[in-house]
Amino acid sequence: MSEKKVAVAIIGPGNIGTDLMYKIQKYARFMKLKLMVGIFPDSAGLKRAGELGIENSSEGIEALLRDRSVRIAFEATTASAHAKNAPLLAKTGITAIDLTPAAVGPYVCPVVNIDEHINAPNINLITCGAQATVPIVSAISSVTKVKYAEIVATIASKSAGPGTRQNIDEFTQTTATALEIVGKAEKGKAIIILNPAEPPILMRNTIYTVVEEQKKDEIVAAVETVVQKVKEYVPGYRLRVPPIFDEEKVTTMIEVEGAGEFLPEYAGNLDIETSAALAVGDLVAKHLVAEGV
Amino acid sequence: MSSSGRQIRIIDTTLRDGSHAVRHKFTIEDVKAIASALDEAGVYGIEISHGDGLAGSSIQYGWALHSDEERLSAANEVVKNSKIAVLLLPGIGTRNDLQRSFECGAKIARIATHVTEADISEQHIKMAKDMGLEVMTFLMLSHMVPPGKVLEQAKLMEGYGADVVYVVDSAGAMLPDDVRAKVGILKEHLSVEVGFHAHENLGLAIGNTLAAISEGATVVDGTLCGLGAGAGNTPTEVLVAVLDKLGYKTGVDLYKIMRAAEEIMRPRMPRPQVIDRASLVLGYAGVYSSFLLHTYKAAERFKVAPLDILLELGKLKVVGGQEDMIVDVAYELARGNRE
Repeated sequence: MSEKKVAVAIIGPGNIGTDLMYKIQKYARFMKLKLMVGIFPDSAGLKRAGELGIENSSEGIEALLRDRSVRIAFEATTASAHAKNAPLLAKTGITAIDLTPAAVGPYVCPVVNIDEHINAPNINLITCGAQATVPIVSAISSVTKVKYAEIVATIASKSAGPGTRQNIDEFTQTTATALEIVGKAEKGKAIIILNPAEPPILMRNTIYTVVEEQKKDEIVAAVETVVQKVKEYVPGYRLRVPPIFDEEKVTTMIEVEGAGEFLPEYAGNLDIETSAALAVGDLVAKHLVAEGV
Repeated sequence: MSSSGRQIRIIDTTLRDGSHAVRHKFTIEDVKAIASALDEAGVYGIEISHGDGLAGSSIQYGWALHSDEERLSAANEVVKNSKIAVLLLPGIGTRNDLQRSFECGAKIARIATHVTEADISEQHIKMAKDMGLEVMTFLMLSHMVPPGKVLEQAKLMEGYGADVVYVVDSAGAMLPDDVRAKVGILKEHLSVEVGFHAHENLGLAIGNTLAAISEGATVVDGTLCGLGAGAGNTPTEVLVAVLDKLGYKTGVDLYKIMRAAEEIMRPRMPRPQVIDRASLVLGYAGVYSSFLLHTYKAAERFKVAPLDILLELGKLKVVGGQEDMIVDVAYELARGNRE
């Protein structure tokens, strides 16, 4: 364990923020959760923070800006709230790790490109669909050119909150763009499906790629390696169907089971976002420590 | 059933739902010939989109021969009186696709969600209304939930601005009493019109459509020769004849629609549109009709029986759009067979 830890805060004590709070408390190696802020005094998330002995406030970002010790803030609110908060955080020199689709900063998938953006003042964690599928596309891109990548993310209806539901176009468009920018596919396409079956299904993702060279063994090895790497920060990330080859088309299927601590196990789509946030937060914090905070 | 000259509007979806039956390979010439014949016959609306809606052309659902815009523009050149409709499934297509189809001449937007997920359609319905389109909304796989749930979701769509809310029997799994109960409850509690979309998997497309109309549905779908996913849809030409005999007004010329079916559509059909064993199982197990041809393909690829795939999909309660589950299930079955 490191001796020096970086003070961090969470903005937004909803389901995502609360899940992230528990993850940081339990697993963070270079971060110490200093503060949780929200805007509703009767928020259940703030109350839970209080129960864990974490400083909390319903005065929103103001309370965070008053605190002089916080170096990293996780935004777990909405895209429009983050659009307002981002410049305030930047001005104060606080690194923002954004779990909303605001995309103020560069798209980051920890296993793929965190090294490129470790100094970025604002890091965007794209979408759950992108966190689940971009690693596979990127792994295949490392072997051969990916001419086209198409992903289908199916999530349990119960795990899709109002934010996802009212902004479903943003999900498909942002995920498709991330397949291109982060996954390095020449063209990306994303489809999202909500399935209401009871008991709720685990998040599942199908990744189709059209590849230039059918280097089967290398592609399978690259995919298996990246799955192991993602598993290090998302333990419930599993290869459901290893790459199937039909001439130039490669089909891979991934299942994501949530850790089942605060959020239910079926909500792998939420778990992969908070797990990515934890992983990125720890890497940024480690970097800050190394640079001498 | 008292018809007393009531008006029924027919939307022909040969060039959308029928697209599944030709594996989305309609040519521009097909589009022009079919749209033109439907227009001459006088159907109210002609739906033109990939079978899975705008932007459905994909590995998951099958590549279309031409883009949505190319097909819409081609139809727009020949259609004079009918309104061109497009289908959009939020999660697959986006508002950008809707905007482009509007620019290509679409006059009706049909926005479809799974029967429990109406709240993902708010953005699209509102945008379509703002563009001045007539908006018809689909509650797909309506057989899966009780009437009260269908009503709850229909009310959401009505609230977003839908002009017509459809009960959609995507799996061809509904029996006439179920159709009556669901159309009836919507008719009783909504102030907008109610529509019905049938599939023929249990041989009930015409019967269920009549059941819907008897409960007050005023907009119904059909396709020429019943071309469509699974065992197909309500054959438009048969529907026109039946409604005419019952005294309803559809505005469709029976001779011209029979000609469109017999002389334009039938010669273009790649296989007879029949209730084969697998499509019967779709209706019996309640599986999305467009899974049929994908299932045949996966069955061959993984050397497993199509019926085993379909029955397993029924057990898993997969919803529309989950075509990737066909491969998942086939892969698992093949692995099980090896072990």
